Amino acid sequence: MSSPLRREDVAHVAKLARLTLSEAQLDLFTEQLGQVLEHANDMNALDLADVVPTAHPFGLVNVVRDDDVRPSLDHDKVMAMAPDAQDGRFAVPRILGEAP
Amino acid sequence: MNSAEQIARDVQSGSMSATSVLEMSLDAIRARNDELNVFLYVDEQGALEAASSIDARVARGEHVGPLAGVPVALKDNLCQDGIPTTCSSRILEGWRPPYNATVVDRLLAAGAVPVGKTNLDEFAMGSSTENSAFGPTRNPLNPSRVPGGSSGGSAAAVAADMTPLALGSDTGGSIRQPAALCGLVGMKPTYGLVSRYGLIAFASSLDQIGPLTKSVTDAAMLLEAIAGHDAMDSTSLPEPAPSLVAHVNDGVAGKRIGLVRELVDGADEDVVASVQRAVEALREAGATIVELSVPEFRLGLSAYYLIAPAEASSNLARFDGVRYGLRVNEGDVTAMMEATRTAGFGEEVKRRIMLGTYALSAGYFDAYYGQALKVRTLTIDAFARAYQQADLLLGATTPSVAFEFGSKTSNPMAMYLSDVFTIPSNLSGEPAISVPFGTGEAGLPTGVQLLGPGRSEAQLFAAARVLEIANG
Amino acid sequence: MTLRDGWEMVVGLEVHTELKTNTKMFCGCANTFGAAPNTNVCPICLGLPGSLPVLNVRAVELAMAIGTALHSTISPSTFHRKNYFYPDMPKDFQISQYDLPINAGGYLDLPDGSRVSIERAHLEEDTGKSTHLGGSGRIHGADRSLVDYNRSGVPLVEIVSGPDIRSAAQARAYVAELRGILIATGASDGRMEEGSMRIDANVSVRKSGEPFGTRCEIKNLNSLRSLQRAIDFEAQRQIDLLDEGGKVRQETRHWDENLGTTSTMRVKEEADDYRYFREPDLVDLIPDQAWQDRVRDALGPMPAERRALLSARLSTPTDALLGAVEVVIDLGLDGYVNGAIDADVAPELAIARAANELAAGIDTLHNLTLASFVTTLSMEQSGDLSATQAKTVLLELLGNGGDPKDIAAAKGFERLASGAVGDIVATLIDANPDEWTRYREGDEKLAQFFIGQVMAQTKGQANGKEVIAELQARR
Repeated sequence: MSSPLRREDVAHVAKLARLTLSEAQLDLFTEQLGQVLEHANDMNALDLADVVPTAHPFGLVNVVRDDDVRPSLDHDKVMAMAPDAQDGRFAVPRILGEAP
Repeated sequence: MNSAEQIARDVQSGSMSATSVLEMSLDAIRARNDELNVFLYVDEQGALEAASSIDARVARGEHVGPLAGVPVALKDNLCQDGIPTTCSSRILEGWRPPYNATVVDRLLAAGAVPVGKTNLDEFAMGSSTENSAFGPTRNPLNPSRVPGGSSGGSAAAVAADMTPLALGSDTGGSIRQPAALCGLVGMKPTYGLVSRYGLIAFASSLDQIGPLTKSVTDAAMLLEAIAGHDAMDSTSLPEPAPSLVAHVNDGVAGKRIGLVRELVDGADEDVVASVQRAVEALREAGATIVELSVPEFRLGLSAYYLIAPAEASSNLARFDGVRYGLRVNEGDVTAMMEATRTAGFGEEVKRRIMLGTYALSAGYFDAYYGQALKVRTLTIDAFARAYQQADLLLGATTPSVAFEFGSKTSNPMAMYLSDVFTIPSNLSGEPAISVPFGTGEAGLPTGVQLLGPGRSEAQLFAAARVLEIANG
Repeated sequence: MTLRDGWEMVVGLEVHTELKTNTKMFCGCANTFGAAPNTNVCPICLGLPGSLPVLNVRAVELAMAIGTALHSTISPSTFHRKNYFYPDMPKDFQISQYDLPINAGGYLDLPDGSRVSIERAHLEEDTGKSTHLGGSGRIHGADRSLVDYNRSGVPLVEIVSGPDIRSAAQARAYVAELRGILIATGASDGRMEEGSMRIDANVSVRKSGEPFGTRCEIKNLNSLRSLQRAIDFEAQRQIDLLDEGGKVRQETRHWDENLGTTSTMRVKEEADDYRYFREPDLVDLIPDQAWQDRVRDALGPMPAERRALLSARLSTPTDALLGAVEVVIDLGLDGYVNGAIDADVAPELAIARAANELAAGIDTLHNLTLASFVTTLSMEQSGDLSATQAKTVLLELLGNGGDPKDIAAAKGFERLASGAVGDIVATLIDANPDEWTRYREGDEKLAQFFIGQVMAQTKGQANGKEVIAELQARR
């Protein structure tokens, strides 16, 4: 049974998600994800052109807070979590590209 | 272990000390935790301090709170300040949050005693707790079987009499299904009733925190203590906690209960039989039963398995080795992030991240994620129509009793199908409760599910109580 | 800079401005510049697991104020997640607005009369800041980087113009005018050197009448000068390339201020897949008419209106004076100037002192009251103070505050006895016969020589105009 997903698509998605998959995993995921997406075909058969998508079930709107300063976290507590730190900042290995 | 209701009364009156209750809890944990792998972390010292402080306040004549001295187990995707919180994942191994989830603060304010953090399917993705990076949890009723998931540890804690109360989280059934498999009461409240601040997110528009208990009254007490508006959660409902305990014995006389065939079809015979007996029990208590069909529920599984992974793929992006948790060093930051996530996430988590990323990616968004959000609307509308004909709905919670380890792990779809009855309520954001009712294969408990419109928790508890009494 | 052979440049600008709120966009951490690293952070702006965003109402109001000032339609809006991995992004997604921004459409009229359309102005959160170690301090060649999340979560409004700009000078004028508006609405402090405003320029070229060419994006320009230079360079680069038969590659480029060139940052071979979807942790924003009206009513006049009002008070609006008016409005000094004119100070004098002396002391402007400004200028106007003396008094007021009359007295600034200037001029003429002869014969430059001598002798108390009158009388 051929999957609606191609192996190249899965490899590309893995890069987007910052995951390294082995060859075996690529094959397995191509098949398994394909099964889930096949199952989704029952949805795609429907004509839902006039249906408004729901992202939030109870229609809350305009939830805001006042512009009042609240205490920040203790600096030492924050840096204690860091895998690597220097000069009170989080250290990371070199960044190859500029931000998008 | 007594009920929470009993313990709170005894501790507040001074007839029992919180410390002695805690000792019983710790004894029960020591007795079976190695065997069952329920708790990933037990905070003996913190719990003792809390219990002692409560006893001191009682001695001074203070009113402590509705959950005075009651031990509580917390699913390990709930942040507790200074306490290891892992989501059962290697990527968070050793991480201690610098803050409390709102529900933890509310438990403490109610006088409860958090005892430790329980095992779950990694990042709440699963229905058996077999996806934990730290080993599965065993069902206390039958240790060769799963306790359900993803809140398997919390369910086991209560089922094994380690604590009378536990908090779990439910995104597609993760409170209700373990409740059914372990013979417990488990509720997913209305979306927004309980603050999600401090709940490590899986699928933001579906996640809710809720109670796992032995009795309906205990569940109502626990939910009342944690519910109500929270300014730290923009999706939290505006009103304060509703009154729930006071309505537990309201009964169901005059209520219309809709038996939904799509919430029963496909379940094992023993489960179906329990649902039918539940129908009788509700009828005897004065409810009218209406038979309903809601075909839109069948689409729910597909929609859920696109919406939930999509949101999860984004929620889990922050685990990149930069600020906390696991880091696997590499020469550049992109390689480091990739190596960290590859080493830190288990296979099911990776599978769902992949599925979710794909469903959101350019060119596929409309066909998958976009379409799923429309199916969500269909589900909500379908529920609304059903509630024109019935006050509450009834069905099975999950297709079978507790299954054996490894019986569903080879085929993800098979595992996903066990959520088919619970998912519709997550999609609509409406509340649902699983109540133990009857027994099935191998003498294991079966659960039945009651569903209600938004904010109908009081009616759900009342109907659940009727079944609880009938179940003996 | 005109382009050759019928070439035309097409420029669109994206301006990101940090909002002047007390707290960040989604949490209560302080929104300040220059704090010690990672001290203004909390679970939310660090994106810790379990954290949730809650929207800052002041950020919304400032966004609405900006939209009102730009003639946008304030619309119901949602927030979206823009998903990508980068170490300065704590959640590895940015909460922004996508297809339903708070402000849609609009326009900005420039002083030269041209109009630039606005496509949208939306809300989003800022990222943390990285510093790069090793190498030149830029990313390329660095060994490792250090990240500070104080800036993470600071509220931003991104203003996107239409591709209506046709010259680098016009681009500069657009940003200058926009900056004035952002300051006037209270949304921004306009400190580009501190990073409060950052500009991305989309530049393409075409022959007049042809369809739009391929565009390149120049990112993170943070001064008016570099904006103008970068756009001119990039347009020329593209023209040279096309004239040689080459093709412009769609890419992101970086402007090097020292080299004066743009260079490739990233080639957009695969369009970035940000996987936008609606932010499930936030709810829709639907500002009702009453709220929009409150924001509109609270807005003061914008720079264009204030320039017009002040210019109308000039009897002879020379180019130099109009230029000074622009400086006055740009620096927000029109309150002083209008107050002085209302108190019968000559507009030209008020504008000159504001555009020069007050501008120089802008950092301590709060030391100077309107009353002190008016008193000083009135004293100058009536002759009680010379120009030089008035400037000295203003300097003192800006530095230390105080009362102008007291300051004048303390410095011994007295009106010179009448006739004193004439006597001194006479003495100087006798003492400097050569210079006097040349002046008499028409060398006007020597007037300055005599004025300078008079000033030295009177310690600046003399009135320059009076000296000239004396010189001319004795010619």
